[in-house]
Amino acid sequence: MAVLEAAGLTKHFQARRGIFGGDRGVVRAVDGISFAIETGRTLGVVGESGCGKTTTAKLVLGLEDPTCGTIRFDGRDLQGLDTAGRRHYRKSVQAVFQDPYASLNPRMRVDAIIAEPLVTNESLSAAEARSRVLRLLDLVGLPARAADLFPHEFSGGQRQRIAIARALALSPKLIVLDEPVSALDVSIRAQILNLLRDLQAELGLSYLFIAHDLAAVAHMSHTIVVMYLGKIVESGDARTLARTPKHPYTEALFSAALPSHPDERREEVILSGEVPSPLNPPSGCRFHPRCPHAMPRCGEKEPLLTPVEGRFVACHLYDESERRAPIKIAAGAASVS
Amino acid sequence: MSNSIPSSASYEPTGQRLPVKTGPLLELENLSTHYVSARGTRVVRAVDQVSLRINPGETLGIVGESGSGKSTLALTILRVLPPAARIVGGRMLFEGEDLVQKSDDEMRHIRGKRIAMILQDPMASLNPLFTIGDQVAEPMRVHEGVGRATAWQRARELLKSVRIPSPETRVTQYPHEMSGGMRQRIVGAIGISCEPRLLIADEPTTSLDLTIQAQYLNLLRELQRAHGLALIFITHNLGIVAKMCDQLAVMYAGRVVESGPVSRIFNAPAHPYTEALLSSIPRMGDSEQRLTAIEGQPPDLAALPPGCAFAPRCLRALERCRVEAPAEFTPDRGHTARCWLAASSAPSSVLLQSDMV
Repeated sequence: MAVLEAAGLTKHFQARRGIFGGDRGVVRAVDGISFAIETGRTLGVVGESGCGKTTTAKLVLGLEDPTCGTIRFDGRDLQGLDTAGRRHYRKSVQAVFQDPYASLNPRMRVDAIIAEPLVTNESLSAAEARSRVLRLLDLVGLPARAADLFPHEFSGGQRQRIAIARALALSPKLIVLDEPVSALDVSIRAQILNLLRDLQAELGLSYLFIAHDLAAVAHMSHTIVVMYLGKIVESGDARTLARTPKHPYTEALFSAALPSHPDERREEVILSGEVPSPLNPPSGCRFHPRCPHAMPRCGEKEPLLTPVEGRFVACHLYDESERRAPIKIAAGAASVS
Repeated sequence: MSNSIPSSASYEPTGQRLPVKTGPLLELENLSTHYVSARGTRVVRAVDQVSLRINPGETLGIVGESGSGKSTLALTILRVLPPAARIVGGRMLFEGEDLVQKSDDEMRHIRGKRIAMILQDPMASLNPLFTIGDQVAEPMRVHEGVGRATAWQRARELLKSVRIPSPETRVTQYPHEMSGGMRQRIVGAIGISCEPRLLIADEPTTSLDLTIQAQYLNLLRELQRAHGLALIFITHNLGIVAKMCDQLAVMYAGRVVESGPVSRIFNAPAHPYTEALLSSIPRMGDSEQRLTAIEGQPPDLAALPPGCAFAPRCLRALERCRVEAPAEFTPDRGHTARCWLAASSAPSSVLLQSDMV
């Protein structure tokens, strides 16, 4: 069962040009994406800066309201929720951010940091709150004496554990993990990734996992969504997608991931150019100016997400007529259409 | 590998130096850099007895966590240390000359000309008030006394060689008009402008997106081949080492705990820290496997434990590891490890003892 479903989710931002306003453009940060997060599972979102993954996280957290499209949580549309419903939603969806040096208040003791969501959302006695804090600390692998210390007394990895404990305080169903390990030292990352997986198994949590480290996303996720300029270009089972990417962008992205061993040789797809501005995205398929397999059709018609070999791909290479043609040949056959 | 070194006229040796082919380009011998607090009460051994060598045209990766001393090592090589830091011992032989003994003035002629550096943040390493052309031309004008017009012409060529589209217009633009990837390539162009023999890159791609990172790494490799550059990559990312480097040095708490050819270390790490690091990285496609985490935290450099600094986190620590710091052993040729476990398998183990610091 899906804990959260997004359909046609869109977020446009008004961009100001110059100090006098004037010609206002629209940044299509997220443009009509749909996905589902299953109970007890992890959805990984990958893509480069400007692809809309952070905006997606903000929409899910309710920090931004969608321009259009819907988010359904436990089968109920967020748009139609009353104040009490919204409050319940906010309790059920929590977040862990990238930088544990910025996300913990340096003037509060760990005890107060973790108890804060409990104090604001539930009426607990001081003793009850304290015992909850101690249980949470134990859950994330910190000693009970940590409760009386300040954040500066902890290392990056331990701070991230505190941030996780705070996110768990209200027993949420879904946690948004926005680059949870990229600010941590290499030797600490595995500790936190393991902890997150253990907590998921123990508490049946769902995760929305956003990171730029593809190997970490592939390791943590059950399903992966690949975004490019506000659109989903490919989505499917994490292992299938990581092993045999279908969309030319996914292919390039995964081939650009660094090898884990010097003997590992992969075919390299080096993209030319950079991600275009979301203020003025290319026509048709947004990836076509950088795509090594681009056909005339790609600049005209936007490809839709269609099922291809057990996953969804938005690419004209997999249109009905081309379905059987392997990707390498299709590039040479660009003149056919 | 060294046959592509240019003997171009623009590269003029300033003194008598040894011919290129005899031995390493840079050799560090027991180099130590310590930070001393104002009252001299606290000593942080950021770089401690480091011995390394890099041959012309070779790529050396220096890997370590934050606080392992890898960036201080780079600053030491360039002699651009903050006031609190002192080089307290050792030698740095660059093309046969000891950089530790050089005067500040002599170093100024080496820095940017024979040894160049690329920093992590391209926005911070470019001056927002000067045009790209001025900044790329500056090292050539300073080090080679080239006139403005010639230097700008060469700046345009350099921008072209780092794949900046329409370099003619780009030279007159300012850093804020470029994207992150372009800025990093411009920093690269400045780095190679005086055709250095050694380029030190400190986390050059951490601020870049994946596909841009791939572009940049390939560009660096091309430049390296074209100019016969030796490269030192300072990174925490073992993937970059796997992709780019010939040699690897792993630093932990200010010391090189293991060094040797990349493929040998990846296949048969001799130090438990290296081994643990390698198995803690998630690999594409095996999501079933649990990661091997290294428990505990890196130590405080001002209060290192007696014995091996990694011993408190090491699963295979012996009684001896906690009292006596291991010397540098040689499990096989060109492969060193500071670990008592490597001592048993090492044929020759004559090196410095820790108490000689």
